[in-house]
Amino acid sequence: MDKAEQKTGLFSVATALFVRDIRLAARRSTDVFNPLVFFVIVVSLFPLGVGPEPNQLQLMAPGVIWVAALLATMISLDRLFSHDFETGSLEQIVLAPQPLTLIIFAKIAAHWTLTGLPLVILMPLVAMQMNMTTDMIYISFLTLIIGTPILSLIGAIGAALTIGLRGGGVLVSLLVLPLYTPVLIFGAGAISASAQGFSPDAHLSLLGAFLALSLTFAPLAAAAAVRVSLD
Amino acid sequence: MNWAEFFTMGGYGKFIWSAYGAAAFIIILNVVLPMRRHKKVLHMLRELLKMKERE
Amino acid sequence: MNITKYAAPVVFYPLAGKLIPWFAWATGITLTIGLIMGLFIAPTDYQQGESYRIMFIHVPSAWMSMLVYVVMATAGAVALAWKTRLSEMLATACAPIGASFTLIALITGAIWGKPMWGAYWVWDARLTSELVLLFLYLGFMALQASIDDPRRAARAAAILALVGVINIPIIHFSVEWWNTLHQPASVSKISAPSIHPSMLWPLLINAVGFHLFFATTVLMRMRTEVLIRERHKSWIADIVGVKP
Repeated sequence: MDKAEQKTGLFSVATALFVRDIRLAARRSTDVFNPLVFFVIVVSLFPLGVGPEPNQLQLMAPGVIWVAALLATMISLDRLFSHDFETGSLEQIVLAPQPLTLIIFAKIAAHWTLTGLPLVILMPLVAMQMNMTTDMIYISFLTLIIGTPILSLIGAIGAALTIGLRGGGVLVSLLVLPLYTPVLIFGAGAISASAQGFSPDAHLSLLGAFLALSLTFAPLAAAAAVRVSLD
Repeated sequence: MNWAEFFTMGGYGKFIWSAYGAAAFIIILNVVLPMRRHKKVLHMLRELLKMKERE
Repeated sequence: MNITKYAAPVVFYPLAGKLIPWFAWATGITLTIGLIMGLFIAPTDYQQGESYRIMFIHVPSAWMSMLVYVVMATAGAVALAWKTRLSEMLATACAPIGASFTLIALITGAIWGKPMWGAYWVWDARLTSELVLLFLYLGFMALQASIDDPRRAARAAAILALVGVINIPIIHFSVEWWNTLHQPASVSKISAPSIHPSMLWPLLINAVGFHLFFATTVLMRMRTEVLIRERHKSWIADIVGVKP
């Protein structure tokens, strides 16, 4: 096999896995919808808790939407590996000749397509509940589109470390939520900054830098974690 | 400086002594708990060996 | 060589047993000197009054909380790369001690905050970073506790520690950034008062004392870990048998 052929081979394996994960999820669509419903419910609870005062809601909106996004992503992480682990296909994947990092990357991409992306699309709906202005919604859109991939990437490490463990769901949250703090700070910070008339560029660049870093290291760490968990 | 003055710490006594006390408590706990665990593990291993000898 | 690898815990156990009393005495003497200097000899700060004396334990424990995490992650990296059992045990032993230092830094910081800010908890950058660090330690310990196989537990926790150690500077930076945006500059931060040598000495001596304390307890915890992990080896029987 020459080099070019091998490259297309790698790419097609990754694509095939991506498509497979999405197809599997489509078959069990509640797994995909539940985190989204959760996201909407969490945001809707806040006005009930703190009162419907529009200005106060607008002030809290960036933080509320981001925290809800963190939690929704977190409860969806279980889907990433547990199903493949139970059916034994994860072991097959680990034994495959293709680099595990690439395969894990494809799985993370599928996870984001099914969780992060729908959250971004759903956001304007809950943003209006929180009395956000159009400008704020636009910035929220930017922060979420940069930030949610980070959540899937870092979350994959936590999911991989807890494969097959009892009480995995709560454990993942303990491992992953502290690592999410920079995303929350930069994400919600960008929206708040622009709402107060400052430029959100610095926040967005930092969020982008964090995304670049996670793209580089998280699949590696997650692949190593999958190996350890299946050993 | 007399002792009463020392303990009052210029009005900050309760803050200083509770901070030092909490730190001392956590530090002592970090000595006592590992020692107790070590003894317990030694004891368990000894019991385990005795059981093996009997077999 | 395979032999040296195999022998390591055998050599380590009695060696650590001999070292612990020395470290323990050194810790006791150093911390006593540090306490006397910090509480009696160091002069009153002209801005913060006597309350600044909390700094003598707050700052060294905050330093230690980060150092121990780095030691833990390094030991974890060594364990992942060379599969050395002793470094796995070192990483395991570090976690509760590091969490304790973090807790000391948080509690003393909160108590110091009351006279300085008028509230026990203010979202100060340093305290917030310490809080996230405590969460990282708790996550490490929770992960290790929920995996039964000690080898898998050690290696999984090592990966988590490495991810954490890359993240800590970013978390620290993000919290600082968030803090400067949300805190008006008038709020005084917990900071070392204009350091006079008579204030610096107790701080440094306590820092040395905390390092020695860390060495003492980490060796104690590692010895227990050796006993548990190597319990099926024959030399363990000798140790358990010889000692009354």
